[in-house]
Amino acid sequence: MSASAETSILEVDCIRVQFGGLIAIASMTFHVNEGEIVSLIGPNGAGKTTAFNAITGFLQPSAGEARYLGQRLNGLKPNQVATLGLVRTFQKTSLFGGNTVFENILIGLHRQGRQGLVGVLLRLPGMRAEEARLREEVQEILDFIGLAHRTEEVASALPYGEQRLLEVAVSLATHPKMLLLDEPASGMNPAETASFVKLVKRIQARGITVLLVEHDMRLVMGISDRVVVLNQGEIIAEGPPAEIQRHPEVIRAYLGQGAAHA
Amino acid sequence: MTRLGPWAVVLFFASVPLWMTDQYFLHILITTGIFIIAAMSLNLLLGFTGQLSLGHVAFFGIGAYTSALISLGFDVNIFGQMLILGPQPVWFGLFCGVIVAGLAGCFIGKVSFKVRGAYFVIVTISFAEVVRLVALNWVDLTEGPMALNNIPPLTLWLPGLGDTTFWRKTPNYYVVLLVAVFSFELIRRLVQSRIGRALIALRENEPLATSVGIDVTRYLVIVTVISAGMAGAAGGLYSHYVRIVDPDVFLFIYTVTMVIMVIVGGKGTLWGPIVGGLLFGILPEVLREVAPPDVQWMIYGAAMIIIVIFLPQGIVPAVTSRWRERRPARNKSGPDEQLDQA
Amino acid sequence: MDQFLQHILNATILGGTYALLGIGLTLIFGIMRVVNFMHGELYTFGAYMLYMFVMALGVHFFFGLVLAIVLGVLLGALIEFVLLRPIRGADIDTTMLVMIGAWIAFQSLEQFTWSGVAKSITTPFPADPLVIGSVSVSWGRVFVFTVAIGLIIGSHALIHRTRLGKAMRATFQDRETAALMGVKIDRIYMATYAFGSGLAAAAGALLGPIYVVYPTMGDSAALKSFAIVILGGLGNFWGAALGGFVLAFVEELGAGYISSGYRDAMGFVLIIIILIFRPTGIFARKERVG
Repeated sequence: MSASAETSILEVDCIRVQFGGLIAIASMTFHVNEGEIVSLIGPNGAGKTTAFNAITGFLQPSAGEARYLGQRLNGLKPNQVATLGLVRTFQKTSLFGGNTVFENILIGLHRQGRQGLVGVLLRLPGMRAEEARLREEVQEILDFIGLAHRTEEVASALPYGEQRLLEVAVSLATHPKMLLLDEPASGMNPAETASFVKLVKRIQARGITVLLVEHDMRLVMGISDRVVVLNQGEIIAEGPPAEIQRHPEVIRAYLGQGAAHA
Repeated sequence: MTRLGPWAVVLFFASVPLWMTDQYFLHILITTGIFIIAAMSLNLLLGFTGQLSLGHVAFFGIGAYTSALISLGFDVNIFGQMLILGPQPVWFGLFCGVIVAGLAGCFIGKVSFKVRGAYFVIVTISFAEVVRLVALNWVDLTEGPMALNNIPPLTLWLPGLGDTTFWRKTPNYYVVLLVAVFSFELIRRLVQSRIGRALIALRENEPLATSVGIDVTRYLVIVTVISAGMAGAAGGLYSHYVRIVDPDVFLFIYTVTMVIMVIVGGKGTLWGPIVGGLLFGILPEVLREVAPPDVQWMIYGAAMIIIVIFLPQGIVPAVTSRWRERRPARNKSGPDEQLDQA
Repeated sequence: MDQFLQHILNATILGGTYALLGIGLTLIFGIMRVVNFMHGELYTFGAYMLYMFVMALGVHFFFGLVLAIVLGVLLGALIEFVLLRPIRGADIDTTMLVMIGAWIAFQSLEQFTWSGVAKSITTPFPADPLVIGSVSVSWGRVFVFTVAIGLIIGSHALIHRTRLGKAMRATFQDRETAALMGVKIDRIYMATYAFGSGLAAAAGALLGPIYVVYPTMGDSAALKSFAIVILGGLGNFWGAALGGFVLAFVEELGAGYISSGYRDAMGFVLIIIILIFRPTGIFARKERVG
């Protein structure tokens, strides 16, 4: 399993999410180590997006605790979680549709700006410099992601695959230490998926830890250091991809939903 | 709009008293100007931040009453304690009007933004109604339906002239114009900044905004405070110009007027409330001969429906996008400009 | 004590009509998700129609009442068809603004047609009130209460015992599934809006003779309806009914013991307090905020 030298930065500890009588997540425990790419997989409806919501403050868990760098996440609002460096993307494409690609990323850089109300209203000197710096950084992120050719396009006009890329770009703008990507490659064709794999590896190379939810097994197996399997509200297996592929519990869980692509 | 455009407009309006001899029309421009300031403040909340706050007239009225009461002086019995204030200078009254309105904005912001959508709208309307009923019933303080009258006109200290009282329309016009320009600039700086981007973000996609670290509630409250304070300033100007203020200033119809100005002019644009304000400030006067107020309001109601359905962005964006279409070769407008019109 | 009982009695009677207003709006709000700013205007419309039939056209009171309600239903159907249906998919802001525009236009129309002078409607009831022990109540009010209760029971029957009602409840729970199961959403929406409007018109027609009729009377009725819906929770029939009574009691007792001038404010203060502490309303069951 994991080497003892690795430090876990995200710890999910017996998280339970219950809506009235409906138990979305029974008890979920896993961890993510610094610098890893971990995939959270499981049959549809297993509660993966709910898990993301519970960890990042969009939902409050009914029980259990999530810790990021030792800090308890329960009770925090999503923007507070993001400030800590833990940022998530959304399963359904979520962008500032009416704004350009450039503006979308610029908004993502919000927390990198310092100008407050007074500075803005009085046009304090630092403001112009800061704006210029932010705009430069947008360009950097665009180049890193590979969307520089779309800078002035309105986000909602982009082809689907590029919209998903833009989402990742926006999340990168927040200078995260860890990214939670919710089905980032869904709807991408094989070529897009292949280049997405490279992108995630480049993100990892920047020192960002990645936890992703995915259904595309080829992607999952190709990219992950570890895989965590969620089924019916509980983690039923975790380990390196090769192990998971052969794990009897996992196979059983998926057989009920149809064979896993592999 | 080019850099010079806005200045040309300001110059034009500054020149009006020089050639407009019709005092009545000057009066119309003054009240329109006051409403434009209020409309701009509502636009900040409704247009740029996307919150359909329908209680805005409460801030206007609070500013009006506060400024009037401070400059008239008052004595009132609160739970057995007498609270007495002698008449204060008008500028101080205006200042207090802005502050108190802003505080009301802070309070109502913190309460209302716990909910969204339709509930939010209802809370804001309810708040305005409560304030109206307080003004109507707390006769001790507000004179209720008998109105506060003989409110002192604007008196400002001018270099060389000392304390001057603005009895005539022209100086009042300039004060209103000045406040309007100031408000416009304040809003412009706000929305063409990082904070403005955050507002647009939370308007367009609140979950995404919060996931990138934008503290939505905090910004909503900040905007409400600024918006309320600005409406309070307009209210203060109103009370010192018209020199009489009664609880009818809180009527929902005035909120609707402001909303129509913003929506028809173009919500979320800098010039929208000005265009809308001019239209709905001057139009009733022009139409007065032709149609009684009821009929006019029927038309305005219908106009709002039509605009909302067919020209949902309002007049200004429709005009500017036509303008842009005709000049495609100009250098790509930077994000600044686009966010301005977004 | 006597005064207290009198207040309770008045509140109960007022509560009946408030319940009608609330039920009508909560159905529209709950099933169609429309912030119905026209609700108050239907209330006014009901009152003016009764006035028109009874005072201007000399129609018999009870017949006029029925006509007023029927016309309210028809007007509701018309509004849904002409205004709401074309903007069905639009976002909530657009819908609210259209409804506000309609509100303004309609109220101005009434102002134009009937002038702002308050009108009164004569009733066929005896002038002497009914006295029970130490409390008294006018026969007019007894009639209002009876009809209101009748309409509440009738509404409940419609919603829970008819196919139309079943379709409405299904649409409330899950519009997509209901449509897939063959429910004609167009019809349900029209029926819901017409029904809710009819209840508002009924409330207006019932209270018209008790108070006076004037063009802006619907404004406070509208706001009170919203208060009731928030109290009772969106789409919650009994919540709205109960909410109507609660509001009436708060108003009556507040006006009686605290201050009568602030009577209309009671409801609003109640809303604000509730929304501070329980953003989903007191009786709300499953509910999304906003």
